[in-house]
Amino acid sequence: MNKINYSDYLRRFSVPLMFVIICAVCAPISGLSPSYLCNEIVTRMGRNAFLILSLLIPIMAGMGLNFSMTLGAMAGEIGLILVSDWQIVGIPGMILAMIVSVPISALLGLFCGKVLNMAKGREMITSYIISFFINGIYQLIVLYLMGPVIPIKHSNIKLPRGYGIRNTVSLLSMRQKLDNLIPLNIGGVKIPVATFIIIFLLCLVIIWFRKTKLGQDMRAVGQDMGVARDSGIDVERTRIISMVLSTVFAGIGMIIYLQNMGNIATYSSHSQIGMFCIAALLVGGASVEKASIGNVFLGIILFHTMFIVAPKAGTVITGDSMIGEYFRVFVSYAVITVALIMYETNKRKNKSKAGEQLALAQEEANE
Amino acid sequence: MTEKTNTITLSDRVKDIAKDFGLPRLIITGFLVLLLVVSPFVGADLPTQISNIINRFSWNGILVLAMVPMVHSGCGLNFGLPLGIISGLLGATLSIELGFSGAFSFLMAILLATPFALVFGCIYGWLLNKIKGGEMMIATYVGFSSVSLMCMMWLLLPYHSPNMVWGMAGKGLRTTISLEGYYTQALAKILQINIGNLSIPTGSILFFALLAFGMWAFLHTKTGTAMTAVGSNPEFARSSGVNVDKIRLISVVMSTWLAAIGILVYEQGFGFIQLYMAPFYMALPAVSAILIGGASVNKASVMNVIIGTILFQGIVTMTPTVMNNMIHLDMSEVIRIIVSNGMILYALTRKTEETK
Repeated sequence: MNKINYSDYLRRFSVPLMFVIICAVCAPISGLSPSYLCNEIVTRMGRNAFLILSLLIPIMAGMGLNFSMTLGAMAGEIGLILVSDWQIVGIPGMILAMIVSVPISALLGLFCGKVLNMAKGREMITSYIISFFINGIYQLIVLYLMGPVIPIKHSNIKLPRGYGIRNTVSLLSMRQKLDNLIPLNIGGVKIPVATFIIIFLLCLVIIWFRKTKLGQDMRAVGQDMGVARDSGIDVERTRIISMVLSTVFAGIGMIIYLQNMGNIATYSSHSQIGMFCIAALLVGGASVEKASIGNVFLGIILFHTMFIVAPKAGTVITGDSMIGEYFRVFVSYAVITVALIMYETNKRKNKSKAGEQLALAQEEANE
Repeated sequence: MTEKTNTITLSDRVKDIAKDFGLPRLIITGFLVLLLVVSPFVGADLPTQISNIINRFSWNGILVLAMVPMVHSGCGLNFGLPLGIISGLLGATLSIELGFSGAFSFLMAILLATPFALVFGCIYGWLLNKIKGGEMMIATYVGFSSVSLMCMMWLLLPYHSPNMVWGMAGKGLRTTISLEGYYTQALAKILQINIGNLSIPTGSILFFALLAFGMWAFLHTKTGTAMTAVGSNPEFARSSGVNVDKIRLISVVMSTWLAAIGILVYEQGFGFIQLYMAPFYMALPAVSAILIGGASVNKASVMNVIIGTILFQGIVTMTPTVMNNMIHLDMSEVIRIIVSNGMILYALTRKTEETK
């Protein structure tokens, strides 16, 4: 019995363990100082945690990894673009951007939830394609409609041709304003206290949300849609709400992310964000059907350590800087692939186990 | 009274046809017809446009054809197409590395790509048999992982041909490799027809026709029928003595091999080999093309491939020119993204046995 538990644990933590080994091997080779590493990880924790936390709710509702969190990211970017055109700076600008982004995210989340309700059983691939589809609409709006339809006054964010937004929009006026709101420096490591407070609040909200009626409903839907429906839960509505919440949080998370970066890459900031956030969450030991807040933070530490040290270590070992770059992209994709494969094989195993149990029960009944 | 019932039946009939054909497909066909009608008036040369469409059809047709076997066996749309494309790229680069040239290098590329496609296809098929029900998502990520793994390999593998490696370092393959002197236009030049501005790459089209006919014939053999049976009802197929896993494996290997051949044909038309991140998103246009042609997640025919490729490539080639001439605004890229992904989304949300 003990042995089974042991191997079970080993499998559950195999991905984090593998990453600990990768990091432990690559970190000394890369030659980066520990204080630099600490600094980077703390910065990245502040930058990414909110975004990754937004993934937890759809997992709870049994909708798998929300590849369409990109939708929220796009809404956040639209908010920031508009606010930087209105020239509202600093924290008020950020708050206004969040206010602008929330209705857009909510609408997109609603759309996404409705579409996913039509594609039950293949939510992940559908949410993945939705992110591409909405990316097209986003480009249509930002590249062609901003200017002639949506008024953009300032030419420094417009393309030279007179409409559409430049490839990069500078957020100098609100760069790291939130991070530096409450300055704190421990042993040369800069800690973005205000950002961490917001992240902590979101964690509390998620913990509280799990205990509410709606949160319980969501978990019931995640366990078994049929049973949930029989017990009087509006399954479709619950699923839509989980998508709306996730998208809204992702939008706010993107604004926090971009205030740390200090500029928006208008057409590419959001495209990779979903993939990296999902990979980080999975590295932290989460699976497609189960993820906790602890997974988020462990994931950020391990994944981003790998992210920082891999290119350097790659350069030192092979003498080619591109190898490390490609390596970390490969690892991100490979982690997601392995997690998906494990999820599907487990699902099948459980199904056959349930079948066996049913057969046993029937045999017993016959006897 | 009679008039009223008549109009109802007529509109019903129109609705029925529209339903059969699918509304998005109808819109896309209408859009393409509109583009073709408008193009002479806005100053675009129609014969050039048509030969563009035919050309691009001949480049992409086989990549779209590669979707058919996996859809038939119930593995869904092959988002893992990049895996097959990588086999093709390995064949292409090896053929050049080994010093073959001219049209012969095309034949060698196919021969060299085949073992890779078979091995990769077997592993991929074995994996997909382990995870029945979640094929499409995992296929996507198998494609992505293999492309990013090969990004490292293109740098590390010991290629030396001066036409392919970076000039300064003397190692590591370039991102784009010209096929000048190798197999550029190898198929297209065979029996090429030129009438004014209209040029038809007969060889490529014949090659596509050969493979498409092969596919059609295969689907009517015993194995092919078994494949369709496995796709439409695996339980029934199993009870009638079909080895479901084996049939699925065959379909995946076929799809991977066709993708390898498809990318080689694409390259001979395009004139360049594109490495590194280029194969990354190549599955999406192929997937949406076959869907536009009338296929669904679990049903596809050779006819869907032909119609879909013509419609999809037609829109891709026509929109930039017509739009540019009309309003001096190139929105083609955005339209392409919305149309192709919208089409995939439409297909994924159709009700099937699984999602009911």
